[in-house]
Amino acid sequence: MNATSKTAAFDRTAIKRSWRRRHTFTSSLLTLLTWLVALLACVPLFSVLYMLVVKGGARLSLAVFTELPPVAFEPGGGFGNAIVGTGVMVGIAALLSVPVGILIAVYLAEFGRSSRIARVARFCIKTLTGMPSILAGVFAYAAVVLVTGGYSAPAGGVALALLMLPTVVLTAEESLRMVPQAMREAAYGIGCTPTQAVLRVVLPTAAPGALTGIMLAVARASGETAPLLFTALFSDYWINQLGTIELMEPTASLAVLIYNYSGMPFENQIELAWAASLVLVILVMLANVAGRLLGRNRTGMQ
Amino acid sequence: MAGKPPGTANHAGIARAPVAGERIADRLFRGSTRALTWLVVVLSGYIVWEIGGSALPAIRDYGLGFLIGTEWDPNAGRFGVLPQIWGTVYSSFLALLMAGSVGLVIAIFLTQGFLPAKLETAFRSIVELLAAVPSVVYGLWGIHVVIPLLRPAADWLHAEFGWIPFFGTTLSGPGMFPAALVLAIMVLPTVAAISQDALRAVPQKMREAVYGMGATRWQAILRVIVPAASSSIFGAMVLGLGRALGETMALAMLVGNSNQIALSLFSPANTLAASLALNFPEAGVVEAGALMYSALVLLAITLVVNVIGASIVARSTRRLEGQT
Repeated sequence: MNATSKTAAFDRTAIKRSWRRRHTFTSSLLTLLTWLVALLACVPLFSVLYMLVVKGGARLSLAVFTELPPVAFEPGGGFGNAIVGTGVMVGIAALLSVPVGILIAVYLAEFGRSSRIARVARFCIKTLTGMPSILAGVFAYAAVVLVTGGYSAPAGGVALALLMLPTVVLTAEESLRMVPQAMREAAYGIGCTPTQAVLRVVLPTAAPGALTGIMLAVARASGETAPLLFTALFSDYWINQLGTIELMEPTASLAVLIYNYSGMPFENQIELAWAASLVLVILVMLANVAGRLLGRNRTGMQ
Repeated sequence: MAGKPPGTANHAGIARAPVAGERIADRLFRGSTRALTWLVVVLSGYIVWEIGGSALPAIRDYGLGFLIGTEWDPNAGRFGVLPQIWGTVYSSFLALLMAGSVGLVIAIFLTQGFLPAKLETAFRSIVELLAAVPSVVYGLWGIHVVIPLLRPAADWLHAEFGWIPFFGTTLSGPGMFPAALVLAIMVLPTVAAISQDALRAVPQKMREAVYGMGATRWQAILRVIVPAASSSIFGAMVLGLGRALGETMALAMLVGNSNQIALSLFSPANTLAASLALNFPEAGVVEAGALMYSALVLLAITLVVNVIGASIVARSTRRLEGQT
């Protein structure tokens, strides 16, 4: 009886939030600190973007896309050859890693899902994901540069391909696994071979997810510097300097240009490094956003 | 077409058994995917073999003394990587200390309902964008923004608290702390993402039970949710460490390329990856061999750390999922 009357006379002001109470105070304090830390974590990104826009944007002009890198004390110049070089090497890397990566993903997700070799391969690929990028460069130096006898665009491409492969395989495998089993069964039901089922039904369905992975891998590879330092080196000239496309020569890239110019005592080179950074970040972000949009379409569909 | 009941239409051209050519193509295709899967296993072995093989002469010459030697003198032919190992481990731990704490706070911030769902997604993209900026751009930013910004503070700390070994030197340009700070920014997205997964994997029932007992949000977070996810979070830290250990460019540009073992946060240092990037392009045959040896050491360290981290994450995720 007493209890019910108490409930009836429940005093709602007694549970009012008050900072004088210890729990409320600590809670609010911790929430405030969390907000501060979270906002603090945004500072570097905005600082980087601000510097890119202010310093890099100031130098951006048509000339930087069409001209060759300047020598010391020379004013002007650009990094047209580096943009081309980055494109060529990322292209080589994509040509090497995408077909191979997709086929491996097909084996891991479809044909050999739980075979022992698939388990071993999956472990190897996950380990490759964590491999420092400089080691891809060391490997490509030993396996390509020393064998072919010089720094070249393909050597850089091989190093980048090694870094792209795990991303391509793992995202493609995941999106293949998300294809409903019923679609495979329907394909088998009308007499498809497993290959036809994969090529005509499963892969097209999984394509957006796999493309996301490819774009993310391309984005990452375009910004990589360490694997190119001693595989592609750098060049102050166009890739088609002598009228033919010279792939087997040292090749320029945006990333290595930024690295080379960042520590130079010349104002012009540092300005170019900022402008190259802006261009590189825009390229990387575009690839990233494109990949994410493709991925969003897929989730919207299902 | 698929919806029609069987036998009502003449679909002989659609459903039929594969002909011999298709069966052969099928075998070939399946065989080639299998062969490529073998190839990636072989390739992984080949990477280790190639780096190990190139390092072999140096291993024979310098033996295990290479790991505890402190001198790197190509002219005298004396090589040791202890300062590089120290720099790698020290910078990674400093970076992890910063990225780990901030990453965990961000993971809590983004999973425990502090923000409306839309803002949460937006904020998550901002943190993920940190990972999209190439490391060489962070290096450039570090040289021209972070170091000039830190110098006055560092020099003041040295002047006032110089007796503390951490502030034992002035910051004369590149150094350990700016490198570790930039490294922390680069590792942050990894740690934050995996910690978010870990916190999200905590069963909803557990959360409801805690709130039902009258716990405040922070009591629930600190006493139940974070402890429940702690082993996955630890795994996230180890994977972050794996990333930090192998990161090259930002360190090569900011750490100062100086082979010394110092506790001071402001003195220049070196790391395994940075010394590879800085010295390999100009190395002679003998030094290149020694650098291959240090690449092998780096490979071994990152391999062990990454495998440990991945297995911790896998095991603890399995355990949490088993609880539901």
